[in-house]
Amino acid sequence: MENKIELLMGNEAIGQGLLEAGCQVAAAYPGTPSTEVVQAVIDRRDQAAEPLHLEWSVNEKIAFEVALAGSYTGKRSVAVMKQVGLNVAADPFMRTAYLGVKGGMLTIVADDPGPHSSQNEQDTRLFCLQARVPVIDPASPAEAKELIAPAFDLSEKYEMNVVLRPTTRICHSRQNVALGEPVVLERNANFVQDTSRWSATPAFLPALHKKLNHNLEAIAVEAAWQPRLTAGDNSQPRTALVASGVVYSNLVDLLEELGLSNTIDLYQVLMPYPLSPSFTQTLHEKYDRILVLEETYPVIELQLAHPGVVGKQNGGVVREGELLPDVIHEALAAFLDLEPPAEKPDERRGQRPSLCPGCSHRSAFYSIKKCFPKGIFPSDIGCYTLGLNLGAVHTVHCMGACISQGAGFYQSYQQDDGDFPTVVVTIGDSTFFHAGIPALINAVIQQARIIVVILDNATTAMTGGQPVPHMGVAAGGKVTKAVTIEPLVQASGVDFIKTCDPYDNVKFETLLKQADDYIRSDGGGVAVLIAQHGCVMDPAVRKAQAIDLVTINAKCIGCRICVDKFECPALYMDEENKVAVVDQDRCIGCSACIPVCPVDAIIKEEKS
Amino acid sequence: MKQQIIVSGIGGQGVLFLTRVIAQVAVNRQIPVLTSETHGMAQRGGTVLSTIKIGDFSSPLIRTGQADLGLLLWDANLEVHKSLLRDNGTIIMNSSNNGDYISIDAAKIARDLGNAVLLNLVLLGAAIKARAIDFSAAECEVAIEQLAPAKFVQQNLKAFHQGLSC
Repeated sequence: MENKIELLMGNEAIGQGLLEAGCQVAAAYPGTPSTEVVQAVIDRRDQAAEPLHLEWSVNEKIAFEVALAGSYTGKRSVAVMKQVGLNVAADPFMRTAYLGVKGGMLTIVADDPGPHSSQNEQDTRLFCLQARVPVIDPASPAEAKELIAPAFDLSEKYEMNVVLRPTTRICHSRQNVALGEPVVLERNANFVQDTSRWSATPAFLPALHKKLNHNLEAIAVEAAWQPRLTAGDNSQPRTALVASGVVYSNLVDLLEELGLSNTIDLYQVLMPYPLSPSFTQTLHEKYDRILVLEETYPVIELQLAHPGVVGKQNGGVVREGELLPDVIHEALAAFLDLEPPAEKPDERRGQRPSLCPGCSHRSAFYSIKKCFPKGIFPSDIGCYTLGLNLGAVHTVHCMGACISQGAGFYQSYQQDDGDFPTVVVTIGDSTFFHAGIPALINAVIQQARIIVVILDNATTAMTGGQPVPHMGVAAGGKVTKAVTIEPLVQASGVDFIKTCDPYDNVKFETLLKQADDYIRSDGGGVAVLIAQHGCVMDPAVRKAQAIDLVTINAKCIGCRICVDKFECPALYMDEENKVAVVDQDRCIGCSACIPVCPVDAIIKEEKS
Repeated sequence: MKQQIIVSGIGGQGVLFLTRVIAQVAVNRQIPVLTSETHGMAQRGGTVLSTIKIGDFSSPLIRTGQADLGLLLWDANLEVHKSLLRDNGTIIMNSSNNGDYISIDAAKIARDLGNAVLLNLVLLGAAIKARAIDFSAAECEVAIEQLAPAKFVQQNLKAFHQGLSC
């Protein structure tokens, strides 16, 4: 395998790097753009030289704690999550900074500047500054992989958790990457008790805090992690460029395209926190003007505190969104007094995403909206966020928030005159396990009267179909015990529980109305409907369901209900003839649109 | 060889696979390559864009007016992404209409082969035929065989050949 080159996605390169560095425990909750890291380790697990525990944990906090204990036994471990996942794992993450680790532990947190597939643009590097945890900012997939083993070494040298922070453009880029052989560390689990650390009471924390500060000072001057200088030819005296992450790569290409390579001192910051004090000192002494380019928050800038910095704090660099090559070009042109880039044409929006043709969430949302036109619809994080397009999603906040928000809506309305709108909460199965269960118990004991629809498609669909706890399958297809939803809901104190396939719109709408009667009855409370239909991205689901040839006949009156209100991507308007048409390339023949048509113009015949 | 390519389409059309095939040819030739891709929510039928930079580059992203070639799987994306192309850049478009680009009704050809998703490789065939990418057909065939699941290799090669020969 020596010198073998493969085309790898950044996340695959990171996964491969974990294997090569002898990582033995890897735990993650899927989330774009981080998901493929652990998936890559799963796919390559046969190459591991030593035993390897892999898991899709129920949430990020759990993933972190599992990996942490792995490290306590002296083995190398990793927890992987997206940036908002770190919020979920924040509690153990913050304490780990003080208590430290034993075997090398990395936390890989993928940020999403843009954002492309997230609820905010938060910067893990700033989180690390607050948590006092070293953070590495790779500039390419190959570099991300190269830095994994040295990051484990650093973690072991100082017995500290170290964060690797790739961004979307690293995670989801592909590059030719050199593969190596996994190291053999021959470590057996050996947890050495030390109550002054692993269960440190407040009495021990000042000393641990002092050690943390001492470690950070030492890490900041570690030779291998110092900013890297590409020197200029002094044609731009006392001027420098500082960049980190993929922004550095964007800048390198831009300088080359503009014929400016090697004309100006250029620094790549590998470790934005703790920032090297000698680097800061050099910048203060050698340069009057410095352009700082980083995503997304001004983390290097804040630490530099240099009066000549042009960056996010003085408006020299755009503060929101990605620092795409065009954005950097504008900032650089202004900084170096170059000809400004040509005016960019107005950005045009492409096609918006929508639920897949045949997605059972669409049927569920259509029925919910139809039954309760004046309802309030809190929803959550997943494919079903796209219920927005059907007008059946009113709030989307963070994992699991919909149930608590639904209960909060109820409490606030009912206190006025006792009357309340029907609140229908929608939450996916994976999200329900992740953070929905405590919220459900809370809604029950606070006597909220709401309908919770668990959209159970038997998978974590948005991130590509990772296993969920109620299917009895764990990472890599391993058979495990299934923790089923219905008894969990029952044990949470819910008395009204019904299960139904939302393709059967008549039954589902009947149940929705029964649920509304129940929440409004004496002794009513939380009603739970489990809308059960497998994700149609799963070939086995498609194979198991009827496939009809769906067409629209001459009865169509062009009312647009199927196109606009049901919003299946396989239906479109022939604007010339003012009729709806089925796009046979995209239709999966589920027939779920048939009940939507008011004049029965959508028909099906069995596919030959 | 130094070339910047955009691949534009909507989620589910096979933009990612086409991107990988092109990048794999570069890897097989031992030329450095970088790509960027759209994942996550936009993959659910929304507009997706891949970029491919072949040769000595650091970043996978393409600046306005720098792409040499655009492979468009969804014609409505022309207005969204054409600003990335050079003034004299080449566009190869899956479309039943003619315009200021090389047009091929790849969707129809793919449908006739039995699966609309094959239009991505029909388009690649058309790009190789037009010499828009300096790769040989044989090199592309090797990459397709490396990347396609075994049971779809023949079907994929057929789609590629249809693009090459029309």
